[in-house]
Amino acid sequence: MIEVKNISKSFGNQLIVNNISTTFEEGKTNLIIGQSGSGKTVLMKCCIGLYDVDSGEVDFHGRRFSNISDKRRKHIRQEMGVLFQGGALFDSLTVEDNIMFPLNMFTEMGIKEKKERVNFVLENVNLTGSNNKYPAELSGGMVKRVAIARAISLMPKYLFADEPNSGLDPKTAERIDELLSSLTKKFNMTTVINTHDMNSVLQIGEKICFINHGKLCWEGDKETILKTDKKELNDFVFATELTRRIKR
Amino acid sequence: MNILYQIGEYVVMVLQAFKRPDKGFVFRRQLLYDFKRLGVDSISIISIISLFTGAIIAIQMAYNIDSPFIPKSTIGFSTRQMLVLEISPTIISLILAGKVGSRIASEIGTMRITEQIDALRVMGVNPPNFLVLPKIVAAMLYFPVLIVYSIFLGILGGWIMGIITGLIPSADYIIGIQSWFDPFTLTYAMIKTVVFAFIITSVSAYKGYTVKGGSVEVGQASTEAIVVSSILIIFSDLILTQLLLT
Ligand SMILES: Nc1ncnc2c1ncn2[C@@H]1O[C@H](COP(=O)(O)OP(=O)(O)OP(=O)(O)O)[C@@H](O)[C@H]1O
Ligand SMILES: [Mg+2]
Repeated sequence: MIEVKNISKSFGNQLIVNNISTTFEEGKTNLIIGQSGSGKTVLMKCCIGLYDVDSGEVDFHGRRFSNISDKRRKHIRQEMGVLFQGGALFDSLTVEDNIMFPLNMFTEMGIKEKKERVNFVLENVNLTGSNNKYPAELSGGMVKRVAIARAISLMPKYLFADEPNSGLDPKTAERIDELLSSLTKKFNMTTVINTHDMNSVLQIGEKICFINHGKLCWEGDKETILKTDKKELNDFVFATELTRRIKR
Repeated sequence: MNILYQIGEYVVMVLQAFKRPDKGFVFRRQLLYDFKRLGVDSISIISIISLFTGAIIAIQMAYNIDSPFIPKSTIGFSTRQMLVLEISPTIISLILAGKVGSRIASEIGTMRITEQIDALRVMGVNPPNFLVLPKIVAAMLYFPVLIVYSIFLGILGGWIMGIITGLIPSADYIIGIQSWFDPFTLTYAMIKTVVFAFIITSVSAYKGYTVKGGSVEVGQASTEAIVVSSILIIFSDLILTQLLLT
Protein backbone atom coordinates (compact mmCIF):
# COMPACT_ATOMS: atom_id res chain seq x y z
CA MET A 1 0.00 0.00 0.00
CA ILE A 2 1.23 3.45 -0.89
CA GLU A 3 -0.03 6.44 1.05
CA VAL A 4 0.05 9.89 -0.50
CA LYS A 5 -0.48 12.51 2.19
CA ASN A 6 -1.28 16.10 1.26
CA ILE A 7 1.44 16.50 -1.32
CA SER A 8 1.96 19.70 -3.27
CA LYS A 9 4.49 20.50 -5.95
CA SER A 10 5.09 23.67 -7.89
CA PHE A 11 7.53 24.73 -10.57
CA GLY A 12 8.39 28.39 -10.26
CA ASN A 13 5.13 29.99 -9.19
CA GLN A 14 2.99 27.42 -11.00
CA LEU A 15 1.27 25.02 -8.63
CA ILE A 16 1.14 21.71 -10.54
CA VAL A 17 0.14 19.24 -7.81
CA ASN A 18 -2.26 20.82 -5.34
CA ASN A 19 -2.61 19.14 -1.95
CA ILE A 20 -3.36 15.58 -3.10
CA SER A 21 -4.05 12.76 -0.65
CA THR A 22 -4.94 9.22 -1.63
CA THR A 23 -3.90 5.60 -1.16
CA PHE A 24 -2.89 3.05 -3.77
CA GLU A 25 -3.88 -0.45 -2.79
CA GLU A 26 -2.03 -3.73 -2.94
CA GLY A 27 -3.00 -6.30 -5.58
CA LYS A 28 -5.01 -3.69 -7.43
CA THR A 29 -4.54 -1.59 -10.54
CA ASN A 30 -4.79 2.00 -9.31
CA LEU A 31 -5.42 4.50 -12.08
CA ILE A 32 -4.60 8.18 -12.16
CA ILE A 33 -6.67 9.80 -14.87
CA GLY A 34 -6.99 13.33 -16.13
CA GLN A 35 -6.52 15.54 -19.14
CA SER A 36 -3.19 16.12 -20.78
CA GLY A 37 -1.29 18.63 -18.66
CA SER A 38 -3.35 18.01 -15.52
CA GLY A 39 -0.26 16.90 -13.59
CA LYS A 40 -0.36 13.10 -13.75
CA THR A 41 3.29 12.67 -14.65
CA VAL A 42 4.42 15.18 -12.04
CA LEU A 43 2.32 13.42 -9.38
CA MET A 44 3.83 10.08 -10.32
CA LYS A 45 7.35 11.50 -10.29
CA CYS A 46 6.72 12.84 -6.81
CA CYS A 47 5.64 9.35 -5.73
CA ILE A 48 8.77 7.66 -7.12
CA GLY A 49 11.10 10.26 -5.66
CA LEU A 50 12.25 11.93 -8.87
CA TYR A 51 10.87 15.21 -7.65
CA ASP A 52 11.02 16.36 -4.05
CA VAL A 53 7.63 17.59 -2.87
CA ASP A 54 7.08 21.08 -1.48
CA SER A 55 4.88 19.77 1.31
CA GLY A 56 3.26 16.50 2.34
CA GLU A 57 4.62 12.99 2.38
CA VAL A 58 4.62 9.72 0.44
CA ASP A 59 4.87 6.45 2.38
CA PHE A 60 5.43 2.93 1.07
CA HIS A 61 3.96 0.52 3.59
CA GLY A 62 4.57 3.02 6.34
CA ARG A 63 8.12 3.75 5.20
CA ARG A 64 8.67 7.36 4.32
CA PHE A 65 9.98 7.85 0.76
CA SER A 66 9.53 11.52 -0.09
CA ASN A 67 12.27 14.12 0.38
CA ILE A 68 15.00 11.78 1.57
CA SER A 69 18.39 11.23 -0.06
CA ASP A 70 18.74 8.90 -3.05
CA LYS A 71 20.96 6.73 -0.92
CA ARG A 72 18.22 6.15 1.64
CA ARG A 73 15.70 5.61 -1.12
CA LYS A 74 17.63 2.71 -2.46
CA HIS A 75 16.11 -0.12 -0.49
CA ILE A 76 12.59 0.86 -1.51
CA ARG A 77 13.68 1.38 -5.10
CA GLN A 78 14.76 -2.23 -5.09
CA GLU A 79 11.10 -3.11 -4.73
CA MET A 80 9.93 -0.72 -7.40
CA GLY A 81 9.49 -0.92 -11.15
CA VAL A 82 8.79 2.11 -13.31
CA LEU A 83 7.57 2.33 -16.87
CA PHE A 84 8.16 5.82 -18.29
CA GLN A 85 5.92 7.58 -20.77
CA GLY A 86 8.30 7.04 -23.68
CA GLY A 87 9.76 3.74 -22.51
CA ALA A 88 13.14 5.28 -21.62
CA LEU A 89 15.07 2.22 -22.77
CA PHE A 90 18.84 2.74 -22.89
CA ASP A 91 19.69 3.18 -26.57
CA SER A 92 23.19 1.83 -26.24
CA LEU A 93 22.11 -1.46 -24.67
CA THR A 94 20.36 -4.48 -26.15
CA VAL A 95 16.94 -5.58 -24.92
CA GLU A 96 18.61 -8.18 -22.75
CA ASP A 97 21.07 -5.72 -21.21
CA ASN A 98 18.28 -3.24 -20.63
CA ILE A 99 16.29 -5.78 -18.68
CA MET A 100 19.38 -6.97 -16.83
CA PHE A 101 20.29 -3.46 -15.76
CA PRO A 102 18.22 -3.33 -12.55
CA LEU A 103 19.33 -6.88 -11.76
CA ASN A 104 22.96 -5.77 -12.06
CA MET A 105 22.36 -2.78 -9.83
CA PHE A 106 20.29 -4.36 -7.09
CA THR A 107 21.10 -8.06 -6.94
CA GLU A 108 24.08 -10.38 -6.72
CA MET A 109 22.59 -12.86 -9.17
CA GLY A 110 24.92 -14.93 -11.34
CA ILE A 111 24.86 -14.49 -15.09
CA LYS A 112 22.91 -17.70 -15.67
CA GLU A 113 20.24 -16.73 -13.19
CA LYS A 114 19.97 -13.27 -14.73
CA LYS A 115 19.54 -14.70 -18.23
CA GLU A 116 16.80 -16.98 -16.94
CA ARG A 117 15.05 -13.99 -15.40
CA VAL A 118 15.35 -12.02 -18.64
CA ASN A 119 13.79 -14.84 -20.62
CA PHE A 120 11.06 -15.25 -18.04
CA VAL A 121 9.97 -11.61 -18.16
CA LEU A 122 10.26 -11.47 -21.95
CA GLU A 123 7.96 -14.47 -22.09
CA ASN A 124 5.51 -12.59 -19.87
CA VAL A 125 5.34 -9.69 -22.34
CA ASN A 126 5.22 -11.96 -25.39
CA LEU A 127 8.62 -11.05 -26.70
CA THR A 128 10.51 -14.32 -26.41
CA GLY A 129 13.66 -14.26 -28.52
CA SER A 130 14.12 -10.50 -28.86
CA ASN A 131 17.11 -10.56 -26.49
CA ASN A 132 19.72 -9.19 -28.86
CA LYS A 133 17.77 -6.42 -30.56
CA TYR A 134 18.54 -2.76 -29.92
CA PRO A 135 15.74 -0.32 -28.95
CA ALA A 136 16.07 1.44 -32.32
CA GLU A 137 15.08 -1.82 -34.02
CA LEU A 138 11.80 -2.17 -32.11
CA SER A 139 8.31 -0.90 -32.90
CA GLY A 140 6.54 1.48 -30.51
CA GLY A 141 4.49 -1.28 -28.93
CA MET A 142 7.53 -3.49 -28.54
CA VAL A 143 9.41 -0.66 -26.82
CA LYS A 144 6.56 -0.36 -24.32
CA ARG A 145 6.54 -4.08 -23.72
CA VAL A 146 10.31 -4.27 -23.24
CA ALA A 147 10.00 -1.36 -20.82
CA ILE A 148 7.34 -3.31 -18.92
CA ALA A 149 9.65 -6.33 -18.91
CA ARG A 150 12.43 -4.18 -17.47
CA ALA A 151 10.07 -2.69 -14.89
CA ILE A 152 9.02 -6.12 -13.61
CA SER A 153 12.42 -7.82 -13.85
CA LEU A 154 13.05 -7.34 -10.12
CA MET A 155 9.62 -8.77 -9.30
CA PRO A 156 8.71 -5.45 -7.73
CA LYS A 157 6.14 -4.89 -5.01
CA TYR A 158 5.27 -1.54 -6.55
CA LEU A 159 4.79 -0.93 -10.26
CA PHE A 160 4.36 2.52 -11.77
CA ALA A 161 3.37 2.98 -15.40
CA ASP A 162 3.06 6.37 -17.09
CA GLU A 163 0.63 6.04 -20.01
CA PRO A 164 1.59 2.48 -20.87
CA ASN A 165 -0.64 2.31 -23.92
CA SER A 166 -0.64 5.80 -25.37
CA GLY A 167 0.10 5.95 -29.06
CA LEU A 168 -0.73 2.31 -29.66
CA ASP A 169 -3.51 0.72 -31.67
CA PRO A 170 -6.60 -0.37 -29.67
CA LYS A 171 -5.76 -4.06 -29.87
CA THR A 172 -2.18 -3.65 -28.63
CA ALA A 173 -3.34 -1.11 -26.05
CA GLU A 174 -5.83 -3.61 -24.69
CA ARG A 175 -3.21 -6.35 -24.58
CA ILE A 176 -0.92 -4.12 -22.54
CA ASP A 177 -3.74 -3.31 -20.12
CA GLU A 178 -4.49 -6.99 -19.71
CA LEU A 179 -0.82 -7.70 -19.22
CA LEU A 180 -0.45 -5.08 -16.47
CA SER A 181 -3.61 -6.23 -14.77
CA SER A 182 -2.67 -9.90 -14.85
CA LEU A 183 0.87 -9.19 -13.63
CA THR A 184 -0.61 -7.20 -10.78
CA LYS A 185 -2.69 -10.17 -9.70
CA LYS A 186 0.05 -12.73 -10.33
CA PHE A 187 2.68 -10.94 -8.24
CA ASN A 188 0.27 -9.13 -5.90
CA MET A 189 1.79 -5.78 -6.82
CA THR A 190 0.62 -2.30 -5.95
CA THR A 191 0.25 -0.97 -9.46
CA VAL A 192 -0.22 2.71 -10.30
CA ILE A 193 -1.06 3.63 -13.88
CA ASN A 194 -1.36 7.07 -15.46
CA THR A 195 -3.76 7.15 -18.36
CA HIS A 196 -6.26 9.25 -20.23
CA ASP A 197 -7.62 6.33 -22.19
CA MET A 198 -11.25 5.56 -21.29
CA ASN A 199 -10.94 2.00 -22.57
CA SER A 200 -8.30 1.26 -19.94
CA VAL A 201 -10.34 3.03 -17.32
CA LEU A 202 -13.37 0.83 -17.91
CA GLN A 203 -11.34 -2.32 -18.27
CA ILE A 204 -8.82 -2.28 -15.44
CA GLY A 205 -9.91 0.62 -13.21
CA GLU A 206 -10.15 -1.04 -9.80
CA LYS A 207 -9.36 2.22 -8.11
CA ILE A 208 -9.49 5.49 -10.00
CA CYS A 209 -8.24 8.95 -9.03
CA PHE A 210 -9.36 11.77 -11.29
CA ILE A 211 -6.98 14.73 -11.34
CA ASN A 212 -8.16 18.09 -12.63
CA HIS A 213 -5.75 21.05 -12.76
CA GLY A 214 -3.52 19.43 -10.17
CA LYS A 215 -6.32 18.73 -7.71
CA LEU A 216 -7.77 15.36 -6.79
CA CYS A 217 -11.31 15.89 -8.00
CA TRP A 218 -12.92 12.47 -7.61
CA GLU A 219 -12.10 8.92 -6.46
CA GLY A 220 -13.92 5.69 -7.26
CA ASP A 221 -13.81 2.65 -9.53
CA LYS A 222 -14.88 1.59 -13.02
CA GLU A 223 -18.49 1.03 -11.94
CA THR A 224 -19.07 4.26 -10.07
CA ILE A 225 -17.32 6.40 -12.66
CA LEU A 226 -20.23 6.00 -15.11
CA LYS A 227 -22.81 7.09 -12.55
CA THR A 228 -21.17 10.17 -11.13
CA ASP A 229 -22.73 13.60 -11.51
CA LYS A 230 -19.48 15.48 -11.01
CA LYS A 231 -19.37 17.83 -13.96
CA GLU A 232 -15.59 17.90 -14.58
CA LEU A 233 -15.45 14.13 -14.51
CA ASN A 234 -18.42 13.74 -16.83
CA ASP A 235 -16.79 16.16 -19.26
CA PHE A 236 -13.71 13.95 -19.20
CA VAL A 237 -15.46 10.58 -19.39
CA PHE A 238 -18.03 11.50 -21.97
CA ALA A 239 -15.73 13.61 -24.07
CA THR A 240 -16.24 11.66 -27.29
CA GLU A 241 -19.26 10.99 -29.42
CA LEU A 242 -18.86 7.25 -28.85
CA THR A 243 -19.04 7.47 -25.07
CA ARG A 244 -21.96 9.92 -25.22
CA ARG A 245 -23.91 7.48 -27.37
CA ILE A 246 -23.22 4.67 -24.90
CA LYS A 247 -24.57 6.82 -22.10
CA ARG A 248 -27.83 7.45 -23.92
CA MET B 1 23.23 35.53 -11.11
CA ASN B 2 22.35 33.02 -13.76
CA ILE B 3 26.01 32.31 -14.46
CA LEU B 4 26.72 31.79 -10.76
CA TYR B 5 23.80 29.38 -10.57
CA GLN B 6 25.17 27.44 -13.52
CA ILE B 7 28.64 27.26 -12.02
CA GLY B 8 27.13 25.95 -8.81
CA GLU B 9 25.10 23.38 -10.67
CA TYR B 10 28.20 22.32 -12.60
CA VAL B 11 30.26 21.90 -9.45
CA VAL B 12 27.53 19.82 -7.81
CA MET B 13 27.35 17.56 -10.85
CA VAL B 14 31.11 17.07 -10.97
CA LEU B 15 31.25 16.31 -7.24
CA GLN B 16 28.47 13.77 -7.67
CA ALA B 17 30.37 12.23 -10.58
CA PHE B 18 33.50 11.71 -8.52
CA LYS B 19 31.96 9.23 -6.09
CA ARG B 20 32.90 5.63 -5.82
CA PRO B 21 30.64 3.57 -8.13
CA ASP B 22 28.31 1.18 -6.34
CA LYS B 23 28.82 -1.62 -8.79
CA GLY B 24 32.37 -1.81 -10.11
CA PHE B 25 31.63 -3.97 -13.11
CA VAL B 26 28.79 -1.76 -14.34
CA PHE B 27 31.19 1.20 -14.22
CA ARG B 28 33.99 -0.68 -16.01
CA ARG B 29 31.66 -1.70 -18.80
CA GLN B 30 30.61 1.91 -19.29
CA LEU B 31 34.26 3.02 -19.30
CA LEU B 32 35.04 0.52 -22.03
CA TYR B 33 32.07 1.77 -24.03
CA ASP B 34 33.31 5.37 -23.73
CA PHE B 35 36.85 4.41 -24.76
CA LYS B 36 35.48 2.79 -27.90
CA ARG B 37 33.39 5.83 -28.73
CA LEU B 38 36.39 8.16 -28.29
CA GLY B 39 38.53 6.00 -30.54
CA VAL B 40 36.20 5.97 -33.51
CA ASP B 41 35.41 9.63 -33.00
CA SER B 42 38.66 11.22 -33.65
CA ILE B 43 41.54 9.34 -35.25
CA SER B 44 40.98 10.25 -38.90
CA ILE B 45 40.34 13.97 -38.51
CA ILE B 46 43.30 14.33 -36.16
CA SER B 47 45.58 12.53 -38.59
CA ILE B 48 44.65 14.82 -41.46
CA ILE B 49 44.86 18.04 -39.46
CA SER B 50 48.17 17.14 -37.83
CA LEU B 51 49.90 16.14 -41.05
CA PHE B 52 48.82 19.29 -42.85
CA THR B 53 49.49 21.70 -39.98
CA GLY B 54 52.97 20.22 -39.56
CA ALA B 55 53.60 20.70 -43.27
CA ILE B 56 52.33 24.27 -43.23
CA ILE B 57 54.35 25.24 -40.17
CA ALA B 58 57.53 23.83 -41.67
CA ILE B 59 57.07 25.92 -44.83
CA GLN B 60 56.33 29.04 -42.81
CA MET B 61 59.45 28.45 -40.72
CA ALA B 62 61.52 28.01 -43.85
CA TYR B 63 60.10 31.26 -45.15
CA ASN B 64 60.82 33.10 -41.89
CA ILE B 65 64.32 31.77 -41.44
CA ASP B 66 65.61 32.73 -44.84
CA SER B 67 69.07 33.87 -43.75
CA PRO B 68 72.49 32.38 -44.43
CA PHE B 69 73.50 33.06 -40.80
CA ILE B 70 70.85 30.76 -39.35
CA PRO B 71 71.37 27.04 -39.88
CA LYS B 72 68.59 25.22 -41.76
CA SER B 73 68.21 22.80 -38.86
CA THR B 74 66.49 25.63 -36.98
CA ILE B 75 63.46 24.97 -39.18
CA GLY B 76 63.13 21.43 -37.80
CA PHE B 77 63.72 22.69 -34.28
CA SER B 78 61.07 25.43 -34.41
CA THR B 79 58.51 23.21 -36.11
CA ARG B 80 58.90 20.68 -33.32
CA GLN B 81 58.66 23.35 -30.63
CA MET B 82 55.53 24.87 -32.15
CA LEU B 83 53.86 21.51 -32.42
CA VAL B 84 54.74 20.34 -28.91
CA LEU B 85 54.06 23.60 -27.13
CA GLU B 86 50.91 24.84 -28.76
CA ILE B 87 49.60 23.42 -32.01
CA SER B 88 49.05 19.82 -31.00
CA PRO B 89 47.76 20.22 -27.45
CA THR B 90 45.65 23.32 -28.04
CA ILE B 91 44.48 23.17 -31.64
CA ILE B 92 43.75 19.47 -31.49
CA SER B 93 41.92 19.93 -28.19
CA LEU B 94 39.80 22.64 -29.79
CA ILE B 95 38.90 20.24 -32.56
CA LEU B 96 38.12 17.57 -30.01
CA ALA B 97 35.91 20.07 -28.19
CA GLY B 98 33.90 20.23 -31.40
CA LYS B 99 33.79 16.52 -32.06
CA VAL B 100 33.77 14.84 -28.68
CA GLY B 101 32.12 17.70 -26.80
CA SER B 102 29.12 18.01 -29.07
CA ARG B 103 28.67 14.27 -29.10
CA ILE B 104 28.74 13.99 -25.32
CA ALA B 105 26.31 16.89 -24.90
CA SER B 106 23.82 15.50 -27.40
CA GLU B 107 24.12 11.94 -26.10
CA ILE B 108 23.48 12.92 -22.49
CA GLY B 109 20.93 15.57 -23.51
CA THR B 110 18.93 13.00 -25.46
CA MET B 111 19.02 10.70 -22.45
CA ARG B 112 17.69 13.57 -20.36
CA ILE B 113 14.72 14.43 -22.57
CA THR B 114 13.77 10.79 -23.16
CA GLU B 115 13.70 10.18 -19.38
CA GLN B 116 16.60 7.71 -19.53
CA ILE B 117 18.35 9.68 -16.78
CA ASP B 118 15.22 9.42 -14.62
CA ALA B 119 15.18 5.70 -15.36
CA LEU B 120 18.79 5.42 -14.18
CA ARG B 121 17.95 7.13 -10.92
CA VAL B 122 14.96 4.90 -10.34
CA MET B 123 17.22 1.91 -10.84
CA GLY B 124 19.48 3.09 -8.04
CA VAL B 125 22.17 4.67 -10.21
CA ASN B 126 23.85 7.99 -9.48
CA PRO B 127 23.57 9.32 -13.06
CA PRO B 128 26.58 11.69 -13.09
CA ASN B 129 28.73 8.95 -11.66
CA PHE B 130 27.56 6.46 -14.26
CA LEU B 131 27.41 8.75 -17.31
CA VAL B 132 29.94 11.50 -16.69
CA LEU B 133 32.82 9.99 -14.74
CA PRO B 134 33.67 7.29 -17.32
CA LYS B 135 33.73 9.94 -20.04
CA ILE B 136 36.05 12.19 -18.04
CA VAL B 137 38.36 9.32 -17.15
CA ALA B 138 38.42 7.94 -20.69
CA ALA B 139 39.24 11.33 -22.18
CA MET B 140 41.92 12.17 -19.61
CA LEU B 141 43.67 8.91 -20.41
CA TYR B 142 43.11 8.90 -24.14
CA PHE B 143 43.65 12.53 -25.20
CA PRO B 144 47.36 12.52 -24.22
CA VAL B 145 47.88 9.51 -26.47
CA LEU B 146 46.15 11.37 -29.29
CA ILE B 147 48.29 14.46 -28.73
CA VAL B 148 51.55 12.49 -28.84
CA TYR B 149 50.31 10.86 -32.02
CA SER B 150 49.46 14.31 -33.41
CA ILE B 151 52.91 15.70 -32.57
CA PHE B 152 54.51 12.76 -34.30
CA LEU B 153 52.37 13.17 -37.42
CA GLY B 154 52.94 16.93 -37.50
CA ILE B 155 56.70 16.50 -37.46
CA LEU B 156 56.35 13.86 -40.16
CA GLY B 157 54.22 16.23 -42.24
CA GLY B 158 56.87 18.94 -42.04
CA TRP B 159 59.58 16.53 -43.10
CA ILE B 160 57.59 15.26 -46.10
CA MET B 161 56.76 18.81 -47.18
CA GLY B 162 60.39 19.85 -46.86
CA ILE B 163 61.39 17.08 -49.23
CA ILE B 164 58.54 17.68 -51.71
CA THR B 165 59.21 21.41 -52.00
CA GLY B 166 62.96 21.10 -51.66
CA LEU B 167 62.93 23.96 -49.16
CA ILE B 168 64.33 21.99 -46.25
CA PRO B 169 67.07 19.39 -46.65
CA SER B 170 66.05 16.15 -44.96
CA ALA B 171 69.27 15.80 -42.97
CA ASP B 172 68.99 19.35 -41.52
CA TYR B 173 65.37 18.84 -40.58
CA ILE B 174 66.21 15.62 -38.75
CA ILE B 175 69.09 17.23 -36.88
CA GLY B 176 66.76 20.12 -36.01
CA ILE B 177 63.99 18.04 -34.53
CA GLN B 178 66.51 16.28 -32.30
CA SER B 179 68.34 19.31 -30.96
CA TRP B 180 67.87 21.15 -27.65
CA PHE B 181 65.06 18.93 -26.54
CA ASP B 182 63.75 19.84 -23.10
CA PRO B 183 61.58 17.02 -21.79
CA PHE B 184 59.64 19.53 -19.73
CA THR B 185 57.99 20.90 -22.87
CA LEU B 186 56.38 17.52 -23.34
CA THR B 187 55.30 17.43 -19.69
CA TYR B 188 53.80 20.89 -20.18
CA ALA B 189 51.92 19.67 -23.26
CA MET B 190 50.58 16.66 -21.39
CA ILE B 191 49.45 18.73 -18.39
CA LYS B 192 47.57 21.05 -20.73
CA THR B 193 46.01 18.15 -22.58
CA VAL B 194 44.75 16.49 -19.41
CA VAL B 195 43.23 19.75 -18.21
CA PHE B 196 41.58 20.35 -21.60
CA ALA B 197 40.22 16.80 -21.59
CA PHE B 198 38.61 17.44 -18.24
CA ILE B 199 37.14 20.74 -19.43
CA ILE B 200 35.71 19.31 -22.65
CA THR B 201 34.09 16.27 -21.10
CA SER B 202 32.78 17.82 -17.91
CA VAL B 203 31.43 21.00 -19.51
CA SER B 204 29.77 19.13 -22.37
CA ALA B 205 28.31 16.57 -19.99
CA TYR B 206 26.95 19.40 -17.86
CA LYS B 207 25.34 21.06 -20.87
CA GLY B 208 23.67 17.79 -21.85
CA TYR B 209 22.73 16.87 -18.31
CA THR B 210 20.79 20.06 -17.72
CA VAL B 211 18.85 20.16 -21.00
CA LYS B 212 15.17 20.97 -20.65
CA GLY B 213 12.73 20.62 -23.50
CA GLY B 214 13.14 18.74 -26.75
CA SER B 215 15.42 18.05 -29.66
CA VAL B 216 15.90 21.75 -30.44
CA GLU B 217 17.31 22.31 -26.95
CA VAL B 218 19.59 19.29 -27.31
CA GLY B 219 21.02 20.86 -30.46
CA GLN B 220 21.48 24.15 -28.65
CA ALA B 221 23.16 22.42 -25.74
CA SER B 222 25.69 20.76 -27.99
CA THR B 223 26.56 24.04 -29.69
CA GLU B 224 26.91 25.73 -26.32
CA ALA B 225 29.10 22.87 -25.15
CA ILE B 226 31.53 23.59 -27.99
CA VAL B 227 31.52 27.33 -27.45
CA VAL B 228 31.95 27.25 -23.69
CA SER B 229 34.60 24.55 -23.65
CA SER B 230 36.58 26.28 -26.42
CA ILE B 231 36.62 29.53 -24.49
CA LEU B 232 37.63 27.75 -21.30
CA ILE B 233 40.39 25.90 -23.16
CA ILE B 234 41.98 29.08 -24.46
CA PHE B 235 41.57 30.78 -21.11
CA SER B 236 43.15 27.96 -19.14
CA ASP B 237 45.86 27.67 -21.79
CA LEU B 238 46.91 31.20 -20.96
CA ILE B 239 46.86 30.56 -17.23
CA LEU B 240 48.74 27.26 -17.44
CA THR B 241 51.34 28.73 -19.76
CA GLN B 242 51.87 31.57 -17.33
CA LEU B 243 52.21 29.14 -14.45
CA LEU B 244 54.39 26.55 -16.11
CA LEU B 245 56.62 28.41 -18.55
CA THR B 246 57.51 31.65 -16.81
N1 LIG C 1 10.01 19.97 -14.94
C1 LIG C 1 9.00 20.85 -15.11
N2 LIG C 1 9.21 22.17 -14.99
C2 LIG C 1 8.21 23.05 -15.16
N3 LIG C 1 6.94 22.71 -15.45
C3 LIG C 1 6.65 21.41 -15.59
C4 LIG C 1 7.66 20.41 -15.42
N4 LIG C 1 7.10 19.20 -15.62
C5 LIG C 1 5.79 19.45 -15.89
N5 LIG C 1 5.52 20.77 -15.87
C6 LIG C 1 4.20 21.38 -16.09
O1 LIG C 1 3.29 20.71 -15.28
C7 LIG C 1 2.04 20.53 -15.93
C8 LIG C 1 1.59 19.10 -15.83
O2 LIG C 1 2.50 18.28 -16.56
P1 LIG C 1 2.40 16.72 -16.59
O3 LIG C 1 3.53 16.24 -17.40
O4 LIG C 1 2.28 16.18 -15.21
O5 LIG C 1 1.04 16.48 -17.36
P2 LIG C 1 0.33 15.08 -17.65
O6 LIG C 1 -0.94 15.08 -16.88
O7 LIG C 1 1.26 13.98 -17.42
O8 LIG C 1 -0.01 15.23 -19.18
P3 LIG C 1 0.10 14.15 -20.36
O9 LIG C 1 -1.12 13.34 -20.29
O10 LIG C 1 0.13 15.01 -21.60
O11 LIG C 1 1.35 13.37 -20.17
C9 LIG C 1 2.23 21.03 -17.33
O12 LIG C 1 1.60 22.26 -17.44
C10 LIG C 1 3.72 21.17 -17.50
O13 LIG C 1 4.01 22.28 -18.30
MG1 LIG D 1 2.30 12.64 -18.63
